[in-house]
Amino acid sequence: MRSMGATQEEYYRGVRMVPYDLVKELALAIAGIGVLAVLVAAILSSPDVAPVTIAAWAQQDPVDLVTTATNELAGSTTSAGYGPPYNSVGAGQSWGPIAPQKWFGVRIPVDSANTFVIQPLQRASFSNTDLGTALSAWQKATPDQQTKWLDAYSKALPNATVKDGTVAVAAGDYGPLPVMMSNLLGVAQAGGLDGLLVINGRFYQTDYTLPLLFMGDGTYLSGLAAQAHLTGSQWGMMNETGSYPGQTWLWLYTMWYQVPPFTSTTGFLGFNSSNADLGIIILMTVLTAALALVPFIPILRDIPRWVPIHRLIWRQYYAPRKGAIRS
Amino acid sequence: MAANSPEGATPRESRSWTLRLRRAIDQHLPMGHLLPDRQPYYVGSWVYVFGVITIAALAWVIVSGVVLSFMGPQWWHDSRLGRFVNSLHFWSVQLFFIFMVLHLWGQYFMAGWRHGRAATWMIGVVIFAVSILTAFTGYLTQQNFDAQFIAINAKDAMNSAGIGAFFNVLNFGQMYGLHVMLLPIGITFLVVAHIVMVRARGVVKPIDAEGARS
Repeated sequence: MRSMGATQEEYYRGVRMVPYDLVKELALAIAGIGVLAVLVAAILSSPDVAPVTIAAWAQQDPVDLVTTATNELAGSTTSAGYGPPYNSVGAGQSWGPIAPQKWFGVRIPVDSANTFVIQPLQRASFSNTDLGTALSAWQKATPDQQTKWLDAYSKALPNATVKDGTVAVAAGDYGPLPVMMSNLLGVAQAGGLDGLLVINGRFYQTDYTLPLLFMGDGTYLSGLAAQAHLTGSQWGMMNETGSYPGQTWLWLYTMWYQVPPFTSTTGFLGFNSSNADLGIIILMTVLTAALALVPFIPILRDIPRWVPIHRLIWRQYYAPRKGAIRS
Repeated sequence: MAANSPEGATPRESRSWTLRLRRAIDQHLPMGHLLPDRQPYYVGSWVYVFGVITIAALAWVIVSGVVLSFMGPQWWHDSRLGRFVNSLHFWSVQLFFIFMVLHLWGQYFMAGWRHGRAATWMIGVVIFAVSILTAFTGYLTQQNFDAQFIAINAKDAMNSAGIGAFFNVLNFGQMYGLHVMLLPIGITFLVVAHIVMVRARGVVKPIDAEGARS
C-alpha cells in the first residue's frame, strides 16, 4: 500500500521489527471482554422498569388524565400546538432562515382533539346512549359554546376531587364535558384507551406515536421521569433508571441543555431556550464534523505534537535511542 | 511468467473486473499486511490494544444482540435467561463505548492520521457517530419506562432538525428495524473498512520520527 509515495515495506525500512501475533491478541481480547461482560451482567443485571400505561395513568392520577384530555379539546397541549411533523398549528423551531422542521412539513398528521378524545369516545359510545347524546351535543355546539364549557371546566378541574376512581368538580355549566370525560376516564382505566390509540385499521401494531404523544401531554409520566432524574434539565438524555450508567457518550450533547444560551430566554446569536433543540443539533453537527476533519484543521491537528502524551505512548522509541528508526 | 497470470494477461483478460479486483487486493492488501506476524518495535503501549478490545466488545454486542433479536423483543422482559442476555448486551455496549473512546483519544494524541491515514481517522469518527445512533435506537426499543421517556424527550430534538419527519423515535417498529438490522450492518461494514485501511497502511510512526513527515 502506498503512503507518502512509499509501500508499507518502504515506510518501515530500517525500523526494527519484532514478533507479533494479531490473531492471539484478538482471541485473548474476545475472551477477556467476554469474561468481564458476563461477570458484570451476572452481578449488576440491567435496568428494566415497567412501562407506564394509559390505564395506570388513569388509575393513579385521574385528574391529570381528565385535565390533559380537556386541554386536548381546547387545543392547549404541547402536541395540539406542536407544528410539523404533527400539524401546522405551530411554526416549529428555527434559527434565522434555517427552519428544517417547517421545510419537511406535516408528515405524521395528529389532530389532538379528535385523535385523543373524540374518536376514542365515538368508538366507546357504541351501545352507550348517554355518551352518544353527550358527543352529539358537543359536536352540534358552536365553537364559542364549546370554548365557554372548556373554560369553565378547566377552571373547576384544579379543585376536582376523586372518589372511587371518578373525577368530580363543583356544579357549573360544563355542557356535555363531564359525561364525555367520565366515559373517557372509564375507558382509560379499563385499558381501552391504550388499545384505541394504536388502532389503525390493521391487526398488527408497531407504532406508538399517538399514546406516547398523549402521555407526553400530561404531567404524570414527566413527574415519574423527574423522580428518576430523566428530564432534560437533569441531564436526562444520558441518564437511565436506577444506578446504571446510561448513554454516557451523550454527555456533551446533554451538557449544552444545561448552559446558556440554550437555557436563556434572551439568548446569543439567535440561539435561546425556545430553539435550543435545533441550536444544539446544529452545534453538535459542527463539532462532529470538526472531529472528523481534525487532520486538516491547524492547531487541533498540532496539539498532539505539543502535548507530550505521545512520548509516554512511544516511550520505547523516545527514551533509548538504540533502536531508532533508520529510514 | 504463465500466460494466465495477472502479469501475462491478454488484453481481454486485463479488462476483466474480477482480475482487476484480485490484482488490487494483491497489491494493496496482501495477506502479510492483513494478518501481520511482525510489528515495529515501538508498538508496545497498551494504547494499541484499545482498538482490538473495542472490536472484541463489538463481537459480544453482536452475539448477544443476535440472541435477543432471534428470541424477539418481549423475551428478555419475562425470562431470567433473557434478562441475563440483555444484561450481557447492555454491558458489552458500555465496554464497547469505553474502549472506543479510549482508542479515539489514543489515536488523537498519537496523531494517527499522519502519513496518508486521514481517511482512516475520518471513518473512525463516522463509526463513533453511527454507534451512538445505534445505541440510541437500542434505548428506544427496550419497551420499558426508559424507552418511553427517552422517546418523548428525544422527539423534540429530532423534529426541530426535520429528522423526525422521517426518523420517528415514537415508532417502535421503525426503531427496532433500524436497531437490529440496518445500523448493525452499517457499523460492521464501516468497521471492516476501518480495519482494512489500518492493516493496509500499518501503524503510524512516532511523531517526529526520523524520515517521517507529520
